[in-house]
Amino acid sequence: MEEWIPLGYLLSAALFIFGLKKLGHPRTAPLGNQYGAMGMLVAVITTVVDMQLSTGGMNWELIIAGLVVGSIIGIIMAVKVEMTGMPELVALFNGFGGAASALVALSETWKYIEDPTLTLPTGLTLQVIVVAAGLSALVGWMTLTGSLLAMFKLKGGVEILGKWFSTPTWGPSWLNPVKVLLTISVLALIVMSINDPTNTDYLWAIIGISCLLGIVLVLPIGGADMPVVVSLLNSLSGIAAAFTGFIISNPVLIVAGSLVGASGLILTFIMCKAMNRTLPDVLFKSFGGSTKETVTRTKVGSDPDEVAMMVDGAQKVIIVPGYGMAVSQCQHQVKEFGDLLEEKFDTEVKYAIHPVAGRMPGHMNVLLAEANVPYEKLIEMDEINPEFPECDVAVVIGANDTCNPAARSGEGPLAGMPIIDADQARTVVIIKRSLSVGYAGVDNDLFYEDKTMMLFGDGKAMMTGLNNAIKEI
Amino acid sequence: MITETSLIANLTLFMLAIFLGFELITKVPATLHTPLMSGANAISGISVVGALLGANVAYEGGQTAVSGILAFVALVLAMINVVGGFAVTNRMLNMIAGKNRRA
Repeated sequence: MEEWIPLGYLLSAALFIFGLKKLGHPRTAPLGNQYGAMGMLVAVITTVVDMQLSTGGMNWELIIAGLVVGSIIGIIMAVKVEMTGMPELVALFNGFGGAASALVALSETWKYIEDPTLTLPTGLTLQVIVVAAGLSALVGWMTLTGSLLAMFKLKGGVEILGKWFSTPTWGPSWLNPVKVLLTISVLALIVMSINDPTNTDYLWAIIGISCLLGIVLVLPIGGADMPVVVSLLNSLSGIAAAFTGFIISNPVLIVAGSLVGASGLILTFIMCKAMNRTLPDVLFKSFGGSTKETVTRTKVGSDPDEVAMMVDGAQKVIIVPGYGMAVSQCQHQVKEFGDLLEEKFDTEVKYAIHPVAGRMPGHMNVLLAEANVPYEKLIEMDEINPEFPECDVAVVIGANDTCNPAARSGEGPLAGMPIIDADQARTVVIIKRSLSVGYAGVDNDLFYEDKTMMLFGDGKAMMTGLNNAIKEI
Repeated sequence: MITETSLIANLTLFMLAIFLGFELITKVPATLHTPLMSGANAISGISVVGALLGANVAYEGGQTAVSGILAFVALVLAMINVVGGFAVTNRMLNMIAGKNRRA
């Protein structure tokens, strides 16, 4: 009877497969997430029952404590996080996942080091365990440090003792051969460990170099590309779990790990495509963040009353939200602005969503949905772009690179990136704190055009001012 | 004990799952990129199974204290990844797709 219990892993693997499939379609996505969670529950229950029956005793205190503590921390973090902080949280969780796989691998190896009564396996078993544990350590530790750095890059910096340190972006071209060298040295250390599996020097060296590798991999990449990096690291954490599965010869780890590894990689490519970049470009060509152009031109700012008069009488207004809206949390004011226009002036209001607006794909959709903006008003870039020439006012809220006409010129870091054609509207209103450049470090000509009205200030303050001005008309 | 047979079986599983993973995700609307990433990330917390086994094996031996602690830390981290990951994905999807269904 006990022999059949691992069938639970089969059920769990099937749930993961259906879950991932359903997560890719808007209507079925919530169900897909539940399938995934169910799959995980089945896997845990299967493991616990299997352990109880096959060993006849369990370290219940330790296991229940671990399950409960981890669940409580996870729930608290997931519930308390602000919508703007979600990309960081996903990066952090991902780092934990990678570390967990690497720690399981380390724990399996450490058994033989600390307990002399345990006889070391020989032959094939030893080779598989050492190689799989080594690879799991390489990928797992790299995922941990890379994800943590990605998290701080998404935040923009870290506060230590009241002082703000911004996350550096640094990557001279000689760093690329160093990455290759570090990877080769880890692989060499793994091969050397086969002949000397209990050598702790090798073990620490593998862990240390892998941690370093994660940092040098992410360090040269600018904040704008972080969603792609987090997606790639997510793929890696899956691979780490699969390698760990080889050590303990557990089918569900191998299946779930490689599923995530492969689908995560595909998702990474899809995200790169949406930004019109290739993965090697993102990974090995330092871009944005470090070299900010200084602003030399100036532009006279407008005030909310002027803009309110401008939108009075507009037939069609398209709102273009960007990361600035997320930072100032002004999605409710934006929604109010849209409602006011519709009620007072009978204006047609739509929202133009750039695929990479904000810090993660879908960031704007999440925020606007939170403010109860109807889903059908959020129009994706390709569909809304033809509507701009017939649009009276385009209101850009805290977006820069995603509507920078420089992308069409074919030169500079933004070259070829698809953009929102906000510059084709009759009037463009831009709410932004300053004329400073965006992530890509490219000055935006749109700011200086005659038809552009700049509202300099925090998104929330400006939107509130604008709404009040409209109410007074 | 890992035999040739079990290793080949595991490698087969590994390869087929990778191919399946490549085929599983095709066209995904930009809105769902982040929830999909987050959901997949929660699934990669499957190493929770390895951590459970590790924590228990350490107990059987009696003397394997350090590897037990390592497995326990792995268990906590993996559970944060799993529970937090599914919960945060659910929150995101409720905001995106939840409204979509009602509309």
